Amino acid sequence: MASGRAFGVYVHVPFCQVRCGYCDFNTYAPGETEGATREGYVEAALREVAFARTAMADDNRPVSTVFFGGGTPTMLDPSALTRLLESIRDAWGLAADAEVTTEANPDSVSRESLAALASAGFTRVSFGMQSAVPHVLATLERTHNPENVARAVEWARAAGLAVSLDLIYGTPGESLSDWQASLDAAIALAPDHVSAYALVIEPGTKMGAQLRRGEIAPTDPDTQADMYEAADEALTAAGFAWYEVSNWARTSDQACRHNLAYWRGDDWWGVGPGAHSYLGPRGSKPAERWWNVKLPRAYAERIAAGLSPEAEREALSPEQVALEEVMLRVRLAEGLPVAVLGDSGRAAISGLVTDGLLDGDAASRGAVTLTRRGRLLADAVVRALT
Amino acid sequence: MPTDPRIEPASTAPALIRNFCIIAHIDHGKSTLADRMLQSTGVVGEREARAQYLDRMDIERERGITIKSQAVRMPWTVGSEAYALNMIDTPGHVDFTYEVSRSLAACEGAVLLVDAAQGIEAQTLANLYLAMENDLTIIPVLNKIDLPAADPERYAKELAGLIGCDPSDVLRVSGKTGEGVDALLDQIVRDIPAPVGDADAPLRAVIFDSVYDTYRGVITYVRVIDGNLSPREKIVMMSTRATHELLEIGVISPEPVITKGLGVGEVGYLITGVKDVRQSRVGDTVTNAAKPATTSLGGYRDPKPMVYSGLYPIDGSDYPILRDALDRLKLNDASLLYEPETSVALGFGFRVGFLGLLHLEIVRERLEREFNLELISTAPNVIYQVDMEDGTSVTVTNPSEFPGGKVGAVHEPMVRATIITPSEYIGTVMELCQQRRGTMGSMDYLSEERVEMRYVLPMAEIVFDFFDMLKSRTRGYASLDYEPQGEQIADLVKVDILLQGEHVDAFSAVVHKDAAYAYGVAMVGKLKELIPRQQFEVPIQAAVGSRVIARETVRAIRKDVLAKCYGGDISRKRKLLEKQKEGKKRMKNIGRVEVPQEAFIAALNTTDETASTGGKQK
Repeated sequence: MASGRAFGVYVHVPFCQVRCGYCDFNTYAPGETEGATREGYVEAALREVAFARTAMADDNRPVSTVFFGGGTPTMLDPSALTRLLESIRDAWGLAADAEVTTEANPDSVSRESLAALASAGFTRVSFGMQSAVPHVLATLERTHNPENVARAVEWARAAGLAVSLDLIYGTPGESLSDWQASLDAAIALAPDHVSAYALVIEPGTKMGAQLRRGEIAPTDPDTQADMYEAADEALTAAGFAWYEVSNWARTSDQACRHNLAYWRGDDWWGVGPGAHSYLGPRGSKPAERWWNVKLPRAYAERIAAGLSPEAEREALSPEQVALEEVMLRVRLAEGLPVAVLGDSGRAAISGLVTDGLLDGDAASRGAVTLTRRGRLLADAVVRALT
Repeated sequence: MPTDPRIEPASTAPALIRNFCIIAHIDHGKSTLADRMLQSTGVVGEREARAQYLDRMDIERERGITIKSQAVRMPWTVGSEAYALNMIDTPGHVDFTYEVSRSLAACEGAVLLVDAAQGIEAQTLANLYLAMENDLTIIPVLNKIDLPAADPERYAKELAGLIGCDPSDVLRVSGKTGEGVDALLDQIVRDIPAPVGDADAPLRAVIFDSVYDTYRGVITYVRVIDGNLSPREKIVMMSTRATHELLEIGVISPEPVITKGLGVGEVGYLITGVKDVRQSRVGDTVTNAAKPATTSLGGYRDPKPMVYSGLYPIDGSDYPILRDALDRLKLNDASLLYEPETSVALGFGFRVGFLGLLHLEIVRERLEREFNLELISTAPNVIYQVDMEDGTSVTVTNPSEFPGGKVGAVHEPMVRATIITPSEYIGTVMELCQQRRGTMGSMDYLSEERVEMRYVLPMAEIVFDFFDMLKSRTRGYASLDYEPQGEQIADLVKVDILLQGEHVDAFSAVVHKDAAYAYGVAMVGKLKELIPRQQFEVPIQAAVGSRVIARETVRAIRKDVLAKCYGGDISRKRKLLEKQKEGKKRMKNIGRVEVPQEAFIAALNTTDETASTGGKQK
């Protein structure tokens, strides 16, 4: 079956050494797994890959990108990660220039493990650095020692892996100068790529409870806006360019292609508990998205019983596909072609340019591109355009 | 139940008839006592005694108030003589004074019913005075003597002082246990005069109530003063000269019983087939078309709205339902006036005129309950007469239409208010009334501990939040009654509220010049909290004419973006976006400012709460 879209595979690894206070991801620290084991997980994930290949029997696109996320994928041995990557290669084949990323905690890697991953075909590692300031890391309940980040980056480089660093801003108690210090520290490590995310305190997390009890104060959204602007200033000055609202790369080649695929509406299969998958419109079939059961144990049991781990599925109407396209592509520096918009969206452009949210030059060339102010108000822009 | 032939309707001698009403404050137990009387006289059996039989509408029963009066015929024997007692249930609230006066016109006597634990309240006192002016015989009764907190000695003295009798003449009953109820019925027969009228004169009957029934059309309650009401005659409404065919005549006991007619002094209902209570108006005189009376009984007047409020459906698509609902309520409420109105902030709705605040609340509640509507109402306002310098005059029922330019004199309606309060709160009440531009009339001690204070106040000052303030400052003890008392010329101005320079009609208010600043500051402060930050700065101003008297600013929003939007986030984020787009339909645009309707509702609701006179006070 032919499609102009790229195809990627996401592998969700639901294990962490400890659960961080802000984390609402589908991940489990030892003692939280309710009987699910890493070994059981790997076996189940391998079987899901085989199942996915069968389900996509008439689709012979090679895999362009693979992304191991979590959780902490490096809680698994390099050999287990390698087996999973091999299974994907066996199922679909990897494109010659395939990008293969794993997320990693700086504490859970070694020179040897990173070298092993590189030789297995991994091309990129994304470290959860979050902050370089001890009291901020403590509030986030991150256990790593800031110095370990530098060491891990050095090992990754030695193994030939491209390096990305994840940062979080707007942690309760974090000042603008704390944030500046983290940015400086990250830039000093000369990564290829940086992601910077505003902290969102979700109600179901430990931090959410602390917030509710008044033990921590939420960061003012205006301060978060200041921090975003500081990040964009510092990273731009250091030679990075933004390519998505929360992502900067040294060159356009170093943008994360796997994530770009999400925003560009490409296809992907998500392996593992709670993972989402998406296949765009194929012939007469509508675009579909589905997601797996969330608990690792239930996931493993479903697969062991020969059942699909799918929990729920949605078929997207053409209108919903169009809505998602605006919602996702507008986040990108490359922008969104004006042609994609409906009449009311097009009519809104000039007002958004006047308000300083969209780039006027780009608009005159037929592209909808956010200004820096517009990036901070991207959701409002999307509402105006859809 | 077989009727004693001597008291058969249409052939009962006036000497055997007693017509009375019960004057009581809303929670002093009138309905419970009335039910007990229905049981004692045997018209309602114990089993079928639905609690508070006379209050028909749910809202009335829940709020413990009677809106529409009805008349029930009850047999009662004293010695060997059988009597027909007509109990005319009167509305007990300040907004329905006119209806009370028509009910009183149908009676020769009144039971003054007072809670033995609370004493007389201002509205009861006002109705008592009305009854005394109408020369009704008053039977003072203390109710709820079974309550541990009852203090009958004290309140008997108070009642005796008011009506000029001996404290030992005050009856003591318990509607709950039935104690003293038979004695009260005996007393009614003994003390209240029989009706007197000319049986041979042309028919004259006063309409004291008029109710729309889905199946029967309008049911009109009348008291025959002179002559006879007979079936299949043509009758004439004397105020409109409209002629109707009599389809049915009867009495209520307590279900309708068709009778051969109604004679002098009798109370009952008639049905003509009209579909609108406006064709059968309270206070009008009914006469015979073939042999009409020359003079009416007098006292008729058109109901006049005193308070206006904008009513809007929260969901704009409910507008046609609201229109139909008002049309339906109007069938049963001759005092309800409304016309379509459009508000920038609230969309399509109606400007509705009411007799008073309770009337407003009842109508609103019925609309919400019986028609399943969700409504928002603007702060209630009174009617202003504005004389312009060019000699023209404008009637203002909506503050946003208060004229600008060369305004001469502004006339505002006044009320005469009676407040009964424990004497320790005299200072507090005086202070409140003074703040509300009140002028003190006189003050009388009802007893050592309780005082009746009389004030003249602008009506606008009491429709706002006066009643709640009065209650909270007197720990709930004070009671209030008021009646219209002319008008005065006052230094009134319109305060407008502007969002980014655009006028928000729903928040305009006509206030005294000295109160304009406080209103402006309060309203812009409230809106500042409620209006979400926009992509640009939004000034909120309060202005009198072109002069800005208060200002706040809603700072521009700087961050509105979800930081992470990866594969697992897309579905959730799209659903949120779809929900926001749905919510956007409920956004109101004031110029470029998008305001969720909820913000306007919240801003109006706060004023609503304080303006509430809320039904039954505990």
